Amino acid sequence: MAKIVAGIATSHVPAIGVAVDRGMTGTPYWEPLFKGYGPARDWLAKLAPDVAIIVYNDHASAFSLEIIPTFLIGVADKFPIADEGFGPRPVPVVIGHPALAWHLAESLILDEFDMTIANEMPVDHGLTVPLSVTCGQPAAWPFPVIPLCVNVVQYPPPTGARCFKLGMAIRRAVEKFDRDLRVVIYGTGGMSHQLQGERAGFINRQFDTAFLDGMTQDPLALTKITHTEYMREAGSEGIEMVMWHVMRGALDQHVAEVYRHYHVPASNTAAGLMILENRSRA
Amino acid sequence: MSNPRDYDSIPGTYVYDAARGRVGYPLNMFCMSLNKPENRRRFKEDEAGYLDGFALNAEQRRTVLERDWLGMLRVGGNIYYTIKIAFCDGLTFQDVAGMMSGVPKEIYAQMMLAGGRSPEGNRYKDDHG
Repeated sequence: MAKIVAGIATSHVPAIGVAVDRGMTGTPYWEPLFKGYGPARDWLAKLAPDVAIIVYNDHASAFSLEIIPTFLIGVADKFPIADEGFGPRPVPVVIGHPALAWHLAESLILDEFDMTIANEMPVDHGLTVPLSVTCGQPAAWPFPVIPLCVNVVQYPPPTGARCFKLGMAIRRAVEKFDRDLRVVIYGTGGMSHQLQGERAGFINRQFDTAFLDGMTQDPLALTKITHTEYMREAGSEGIEMVMWHVMRGALDQHVAEVYRHYHVPASNTAAGLMILENRSRA
Repeated sequence: MSNPRDYDSIPGTYVYDAARGRVGYPLNMFCMSLNKPENRRRFKEDEAGYLDGFALNAEQRRTVLERDWLGMLRVGGNIYYTIKIAFCDGLTFQDVAGMMSGVPKEIYAQMMLAGGRSPEGNRYKDDHG
């Protein structure tokens, strides 16, 4: 059977992708952030998963306001890189895993999570920046990827508690798949940041630290954070952190924190990265 | 859900909810069109003419043509969409964030390097720290 072996949480700031693409990761501004990504890359290369599920939000790239799916899964063979308004990132095309993706779509819907299914979609920085952060700049990404999009652009996003339950359902579905695959799941976005209004630039290190601690100590308590509390305490775009709960819900109740990195600023954002391993991983 | 919303008490924040969505849809769909290179070119060549293809109201048109970033949010702009106009202009998220918060680019960048805008005094509209 397939098995989720670990979870990765990471911010997906677009400027991080620009820094990678333009060879700026060694500049004084970016070096402290990228230095902290090194151990995560080493860990992931050693783990060598068979497939990754990446939970992220589309930023007006694949989907507009015309139709707004709350939860969506990409089942394609491959996903082209989106033009978000300044040309596509020069990164490899993302290869999908249609067999597992379709299995997840069917299982999740029958498990009462009403997924939207995408046969064609480009992927934006929300998905490719986490790949760059954890895989560097390979000629091809080292594993196939299943994109799982969560709406956080039109209020309200799904609640943290609902996201956690989706994660639990993803785990049940993965464990019913009849091939031996080692799966990692990414929860992306955050941490505290606000991109809009007079309050732009809002950062709350104390909130972020408590959130990172809670991922291992009491993840269910974190699922009770309300949308207004995210926006007030972590900035209006900090609400993206609901997506971390999908990842966390897919893991064991007790997990080991393998690695943590936190840095301010990445453009307007507090960038966080955390690796969690299931105690029971094969 | 009813109005007012509990998040209305957060200062300097424009939550893209149902009320803003109903007003902002044409403005944001214009922004969405800028994902295509040929549309970016057409917009740059004739901004007012290009906007005629979308059902923006007069105030929405004004905010776009004058690059009134904060004004766009007040008339239903969604930051994930309006930022595409900034990309078209060769600006970054941080450039626009500085303009929205009313400080020069260098001051804003310095604030971020120093750890960002503090939560203290910035949680509630009547919060004076």
